[in-house]
Amino acid sequence: MKRVVVTGLGVVSPIGQTIPVFWSSLQEGRCGIGPITGIPTERLGVKIAAEIASFRPTDHFEPRRLGMLDRVSQFAVVAAREAVRQSGAPFADGLGERTATIVGSGVGGMSTLDDSFHKLYAENAARVHPFTIPRLMANAPASHITMDLRLTGPTFVIASACASATHAIGQAFQMVRTGMVEAAVAGGAEACITIGGMKGWEAMRVLSNEACRPFSRNRNGLSLGEGAAMLVLESLEAARARGAEILAEIVGCGMSADARDITAPDVGGAARAITGALADAGLAPDDIDYINAHGTGTTANDQTETAAIRKAFGASADRLAVSSSKSMFGHALGAAGALELAATVLALRHGVVPPTINYTDPDPLCDLDYVPNQARQQTIRAALSNSFAFGGLNAVLAVKRFDG
Amino acid sequence: MGMAELAEAVIDIIAAKTSVDRAKLEPTARLADLEIASLDVVEIVFALEEKFDIQIPFNANTSQVEFETVGDVIKAVQKVIDEKAA
Repeated sequence: MKRVVVTGLGVVSPIGQTIPVFWSSLQEGRCGIGPITGIPTERLGVKIAAEIASFRPTDHFEPRRLGMLDRVSQFAVVAAREAVRQSGAPFADGLGERTATIVGSGVGGMSTLDDSFHKLYAENAARVHPFTIPRLMANAPASHITMDLRLTGPTFVIASACASATHAIGQAFQMVRTGMVEAAVAGGAEACITIGGMKGWEAMRVLSNEACRPFSRNRNGLSLGEGAAMLVLESLEAARARGAEILAEIVGCGMSADARDITAPDVGGAARAITGALADAGLAPDDIDYINAHGTGTTANDQTETAAIRKAFGASADRLAVSSSKSMFGHALGAAGALELAATVLALRHGVVPPTINYTDPDPLCDLDYVPNQARQQTIRAALSNSFAFGGLNAVLAVKRFDG
Repeated sequence: MGMAELAEAVIDIIAAKTSVDRAKLEPTARLADLEIASLDVVEIVFALEEKFDIQIPFNANTSQVEFETVGDVIKAVQKVIDEKAA
């Protein structure tokens, strides 16, 4: 089994479209959730989300190429380019053939679907654009990354709703660890802030109308986000051989299914994924200093996640720092796990725990240290990133500071 | 629509959306005791909104507080219909 390290990170998020901006926003506790500007809001009951309002596709793509790219694929490619650039790995010199591209996405090309069906049903159009299918298919973000960066190894998209990216990175980690591939570009992408997407989430009655307040007693729902994050994973030996800068080591992955309810989270299922990640990593609860929580800001998730952490960590839970980055960049669904693993790697590397913002009212049912409102300087030896999806599908990654 | 009639209509919807015996859907019955889960409540609220053409201000995150009993659901619908009429 090979040791697997992260050598590149890339991100397109509501709080930063490059890693340096993303990281300074996380440290400052900047909130990327606000009034929706990208779509008409007259028919929406909930008018806030974490949009990447300033994202300009033409800064990144030629007009002809853009015709083929749904917003979700644009985010995926831009994030992958940054990660690959940072890694400096020789993808163009043969490594691309031995590189996997594994991307998580909850739904794929939602804006293409929304726009095309609107034309068909509301405007009575006789036909839709010929690129409708290649734009909306869920595998498009992964395919476009391979074409953009000439990566010709095993490539696919994983869909497990809000855990998609974590499952994707977990899968890529296994592929590098077993030697099936030499490197991987892995992460997640999502772009669901469309009228159809918002109305669907609104109908679930889980969106907040005012702010995302994970773990705070006055929390009243999640805020939808969008974006992408990608990581370059390599074997430690390959990274060392070429003198690459190593950002962190991925040491374990745990996955489970609740097999209970399609939307309600489950303490047992979540705890099994956490315990599985620790066991896979060969770490004890006391080795973990930080958990980047799933922390959606719904009543059910935050209370269940707290109980799951307590169940998996026992008495060690009280010495953990736990924070929700969704309080800042919203819930990016299939991209969430990748944005959060990127935040976790940066936290490890810089020795700073990003805060849970909008935390104003302690909840007796959420009784861990949530790093309220202010980032904290702290050495982090190892950390977990939790993702617990609708459908009861859970995935947790364990990462370690790399000290040589 | 009279109050009794409205209550019957609401109970009809709850019965149709769950597998709970209609006789058990007394106004004082607690939703949790009837094993009506939060997603069922979301669907019930949707059906009520469609039937009465109303908007019920309901957030699943605070549902335990707002909708503890069958009677709470009836009251919420009544309130919105009254406001609409006013």
